[in-house]
Amino acid sequence: MKEFERTFDSLYEGMQDLSFAGVRNWKEQHPGAKAVAFFPVYAPMELVHAAGMLPALLSGAGDRLDIQHADSRFGSFICSIIKTTMEMAMTGHLEPFDGLLFSSICDSARNLCFVVKRNYPQIYVDFLHLPHSTSESSVDFLAAEYRRIITELERLGGTPVQDAALRRSIELYNEQRRLVRCLYELRAKSPHLLRAWESYVLVRSGNLMPVEEHIQILRQALEYLPTRPGKKRDAIRVVIEGSFCEQPPLELIRLLENAGCDIVEDDLAIAQRWFTEDVPLAGDPVRALAESYVQRSVYSSVRHDFSKPRWEGLAEKVLGTRAEAVIFLIAKFCEPAYFDFVLFKKKVDEMGLPHLLLEFEEKLFTFDRLRTEVETFVESLVFD
Amino acid sequence: MAEKPASEYRGSIHQQQKDLMLDWYQRLDHAAGTGDPPTVSMMISGNCVELLEGFGAIPLYPEVNALQLAIRHQSLEPILAAEEMGYAGDNCAYVKADIGCMLKGITPTGGRLPKPTLVLCNFVGCNTYVKWFEHVAAFTGAPLFVLDVPFLRGDQPSQADIDYVVRQLKEVVAQLEKLTGRKFDYDRFRQSVAYSSEVEDLWSQIKHLAKNSPSPFDAYFDAITLMGPLYVYRGKREGVEFFRAALNELKQKVRAGEGVYDQERFRVVVEGPPPYPYFRTFRDMFASWKAVAVASTYSTVGGLWEFGFRHDPSCPFESVAMHMLAQNVTNRNYLQRYDQIRRYVQEWKADGVIIHFVKSCRLFSAGQGDMRDYFTKQLGVPTLYIESDLEDPRYFAEAQTKNRIDAFFESLEHAKRTAGHAVGV
Repeated sequence: MKEFERTFDSLYEGMQDLSFAGVRNWKEQHPGAKAVAFFPVYAPMELVHAAGMLPALLSGAGDRLDIQHADSRFGSFICSIIKTTMEMAMTGHLEPFDGLLFSSICDSARNLCFVVKRNYPQIYVDFLHLPHSTSESSVDFLAAEYRRIITELERLGGTPVQDAALRRSIELYNEQRRLVRCLYELRAKSPHLLRAWESYVLVRSGNLMPVEEHIQILRQALEYLPTRPGKKRDAIRVVIEGSFCEQPPLELIRLLENAGCDIVEDDLAIAQRWFTEDVPLAGDPVRALAESYVQRSVYSSVRHDFSKPRWEGLAEKVLGTRAEAVIFLIAKFCEPAYFDFVLFKKKVDEMGLPHLLLEFEEKLFTFDRLRTEVETFVESLVFD
Repeated sequence: MAEKPASEYRGSIHQQQKDLMLDWYQRLDHAAGTGDPPTVSMMISGNCVELLEGFGAIPLYPEVNALQLAIRHQSLEPILAAEEMGYAGDNCAYVKADIGCMLKGITPTGGRLPKPTLVLCNFVGCNTYVKWFEHVAAFTGAPLFVLDVPFLRGDQPSQADIDYVVRQLKEVVAQLEKLTGRKFDYDRFRQSVAYSSEVEDLWSQIKHLAKNSPSPFDAYFDAITLMGPLYVYRGKREGVEFFRAALNELKQKVRAGEGVYDQERFRVVVEGPPPYPYFRTFRDMFASWKAVAVASTYSTVGGLWEFGFRHDPSCPFESVAMHMLAQNVTNRNYLQRYDQIRRYVQEWKADGVIIHFVKSCRLFSAGQGDMRDYFTKQLGVPTLYIESDLEDPRYFAEAQTKNRIDAFFESLEHAKRTAGHAVGV
């Protein structure tokens, strides 16, 4: 099982690959089949999977693509992932995808959807309205919205989506989500066996590969990791909050760990941990997916459940993982994260926990200033 | 070259507008003292003010408070107070000004503002609204209801969209019955929808008067003056009276051949909210060129009526839902906004489009570079792109903005003289 160690590097490569070679290969192996990509944060991958297509979840372009064209479409004060996604479209990087789906996470992402639609009329571009409410009427609405998307996918793929296929897809994604939950449990319990950056790579790489393949990798990981030689270290248990959409450079996650943090929980690339429990397999599968979103989602800055404030969700996360500090890792110009910071901070202060706010951009490549900030923060806690 | 600014039109409707808005603030002050009438916090965009009439409740618009503060040069202090408590420099400054005021007890008129009976987030397209109202509810302790309005993905809402909003409107009614202890007066609601329909018809006629040359009013700057009563009094008899008087006054101007200035040199369409902290300065930059806005997208945030939509008292809930879903610029999709502006340029016969990017509002501004590309390259319409903010005075570069505006009109003038096409600046 030792060879599993090498898996991280290859997964990391796949995750970073802007040519989407994995997606291209899949399409070559499945002549005529389509690939449909989602813009973050949550993505009902099951709908695409059940249509016989390859669903993928995009994560921007990090520092691997210079912005040369997108700046002229999206000006100042707009976050990087909007621009890198537009740049990918404008430079042909998204060519393997036959469809692009956006959802109601923020105003910039929404406008991006329609700018892409205007400039690339040859592909299927759609906007999914995920409800901002948790009432019964929201479930009915979302089920209707999913059915609308399914109809569009059927038009794109040319074959009808059967309930049985959707149920099978839900089962697979339930399994993926269950394994990812196990991975996070293992990490929170034994951070010395699995570093946060490794778990991040294991999870995020799954956004660009067939779920069946990803499940195999997660199973191997969960089999190997408990046996891995690892030494417990003296570190501070922290929760990371705020990186649910644009992703920080891997280097930054490593930096936090090297500075003496055990990241025991986070909301990085959170789509695969979106539900608190399995999506039910009984009954109408479309409704089951809709109901799960409305009633059984994790808290998130881009989802609204006014019966339970988001900051209570953060508090539970902190208590559940016995975290000693919270690091707010927020993408520059990310308004949902900025807003939540105010009330999260209030809650964390009330809990008497130390916290640190760090702003990043996906294209960040010098880390000296952040390293100093993090090291100072950690030292202040260690020598407190 | 730029000439000395001419003063804008100030008719009796401006005074009437002031009186109406002061009266509204007085009633809010009364509500703060006595709890009567009930008040409901709402967003301007796609507001459902008619529903409130069924309870004799009045709206409380945080955006109107915020813009009033900015126009009176009082927005920076509350913005800084909000930033001190953790709001980011790049958060919407409307929100910061509002929250800052709440914490510091500042109001635009000096009168009191009540704790709302209900914080009703009518969402319509702006994700910031949801956060804003969540925070208002958290800080005031007032109950919150989020009315989730599906964003318009296609050209028209689906039946599922309409059903969803109608169901939620009825949920709001049930909640307000509980909170106010009053029974919902359906007839009064329907009457209010009927008043709205009349006001909308009058307002639409006013908008179409700007097709005249010269236009009798500026459909950006003067339209903003008329927007206050449109949102507060739309569903009331006072609203009908006000807009009837406004229409008559402006029709009179058309008959007399009077424009905004002694001469109308340029006709423009304006996209985006104004820089309220420098409202007068900004207006003067257009006035110095005798450039008149004949249409604007900002004047359609609360509702889009110039293309024919009216509330309908025969199906009040459905028509309120339809207004929230499809008949306001913020809940319509971005490409529909391009089309709206295109129609303005063509049907209102404009010389160019002014795109005002405001850093606070990503709903308006994200992607405006693409919008410009569409108008300049695809349609050959001259465009000017300028940046500032609607609430935060720190983001207005006066000299730079003036330079760009001057250069744009110089180029338009040159193009007119040579009968060619001006290029975007």
